[in-house]
Amino acid sequence: MALVTAATILLGTLGLRFSRTTSDFYVASRSAGRLSNASAIGGEYLSAASFLGVAGLVLAYGVDMLWYPVGWTAGYLVLLTLVAAPLRRSGAYTLPDFAEVRLESLPVRRLASAFVILISWLYLIPQLQGAGLTLQVIAGAPEWVGIVLVGVVVLLNVLSGGMRSITFVQAFQYWLKLTALFVPLLFLLAAWRGNEPDAGRAALHDPNWLLPLQSQPHALYLTYSIIAATFLGTMGLPHVVLRFYTNPDGTAARRTTLLVLCLLGFFYLMPALYGVLGRMYASDLARSGRFDTVVLVLPGRLLGEGADLLGALLAAGAFAAFLSTSSGLTVAVAGVVSQDILGGRIRGVRAFRIATALGVAVALLLALASRVISVASTVGWAFAIAASTFCPLLILGIWWPRLTGVGAAAGLVVGGLASGTAVALTMIDAGRGGWLGALLTEPAAWSVPLAFATMIVGSLLSAHRVPANVARTMVRLHTPESLDVDRGSWHPERRVSPS
Amino acid sequence: MTQSPPRRVRITSPRTGVRRSHPVVVAHEINEQTQLGEVYMRSLVRSQLRLAVVVLTTLGLFVAGLPLAFHFAPSLAEIEVMGIPVPWLVLGFVVYPAFVCIGWVYVRHAERNESRFAELAEVSPDPIDKRYRE
Repeated sequence: MALVTAATILLGTLGLRFSRTTSDFYVASRSAGRLSNASAIGGEYLSAASFLGVAGLVLAYGVDMLWYPVGWTAGYLVLLTLVAAPLRRSGAYTLPDFAEVRLESLPVRRLASAFVILISWLYLIPQLQGAGLTLQVIAGAPEWVGIVLVGVVVLLNVLSGGMRSITFVQAFQYWLKLTALFVPLLFLLAAWRGNEPDAGRAALHDPNWLLPLQSQPHALYLTYSIIAATFLGTMGLPHVVLRFYTNPDGTAARRTTLLVLCLLGFFYLMPALYGVLGRMYASDLARSGRFDTVVLVLPGRLLGEGADLLGALLAAGAFAAFLSTSSGLTVAVAGVVSQDILGGRIRGVRAFRIATALGVAVALLLALASRVISVASTVGWAFAIAASTFCPLLILGIWWPRLTGVGAAAGLVVGGLASGTAVALTMIDAGRGGWLGALLTEPAAWSVPLAFATMIVGSLLSAHRVPANVARTMVRLHTPESLDVDRGSWHPERRVSPS
Repeated sequence: MTQSPPRRVRITSPRTGVRRSHPVVVAHEINEQTQLGEVYMRSLVRSQLRLAVVVLTTLGLFVAGLPLAFHFAPSLAEIEVMGIPVPWLVLGFVVYPAFVCIGWVYVRHAERNESRFAELAEVSPDPIDKRYRE
């Protein structure tokens, strides 16, 4: 584990030598190779929720929870078909940039910035708390130690190298996570060899766990809500979107996304197996509510004393997950804060550094203050909010020329308030049980259509306020780069200051 | 698209059948936002959108239809292949290569749409067409 931290910092510092301009910091000057770029996307995306959370949820709730990894992968397929190439061609660095270039409206830009920050922080909390949990399991340290440790490492890393170093670091993290899950799995399967203890076999054949739609009331609704949040939320995650600008052009963005689909698909074969093994050997974790630790606990349960090395490898992978996702989110938050909040007064690299420190500090405080909920469900809420805000903004913005700034703003507010309120109520444990509880814990199935409807109706009602240059913007978003046409002059680094 | 009405362009060149010395004519129409340029743009956007909708419908039927299938035909979920229940097999394994295949088909078609559009846009419009518009 110390090794990962050391390697992350090392790679981060190496990147410092290359980073020169603001553009370097934001998007690594778009010079990363395809496999390293795809690995970096995968490395950043596979968070604590994928590494620890999925196995834990599968252990506790069974087959229905497989929809999380399925949806997190399918989200990239949706992103590939509807968003990848046009988003890259838009030339924007961040989601607020996209809002500005397409809608030509500063208020919408600011609204988008607010949601980027909100979603990033919500996503950062479980990463940091997962680190606390991991360090508690493997070293018996109090929870805050892991939280602060990851926070500080991420801060140093992002401060020293910006996005360029992060691309190297993230690519490395994907392969590290893959190895960290794969090698112990081989040993675990060899130790199991089809002979589980009788109690494990009984736990496995519990129909509520084994069969779909049995694990909880309103399972059909909850499943579809998970599908809506994950399939549509991926495209709206700030750290995912930021990574797309590192592709040289729209065609490359598509091919990279396809490669990401391969990498994710391969990775997600494994957490489910950990969950099933956990059901056989560690089903007590479900009862005690500490199911997020199953991946870390399993080597000890199956292999006894000789498993220390495998446990260390798994912990290293888990830390790779916390560090990589947190770094990506921090870059996203810092980009938005430095451009849209500090942009008027402080500029360039200095603004980016101040914004980074600010972003990490707030996330640390939130992670220390809030109670630990399941890692995967907290991440699931970030997906639900992203699906209810940025998904309609991107899809309608790219494919529907009649989307107006007014409509987009209304949709962002309505979708964000609806999903955000539902999440907040669930976090403080209000409205539990029954239909209302189901609607609040997984809001995406109703909040996403609501956001779409609001954007469409709002745009039709304000049809006279269609952005002036929308035709040029459509050319910019959709024509291949090989074609020599006028795409307008907007550039994220030459934009008018928002203040 | 609700900008000032696109400027009308009268084509007066008598050199029908003669290839222009600067071949980027449709690109010019797109730049000037003429009706012809808009028709080209709309056809590109529509062909890409149609492709995306077809791909996502496939995804929707194949994957998003599963919970409904398990809901209305619970016996489906109890079938086992090689000792593994079908829902586990599908959601734990089969979907991932399927996603990659769907994605690969999409990328191929999307690139083909674009190269067709680029070919169209980089040569001058058909001379007959031009006469037609005069």
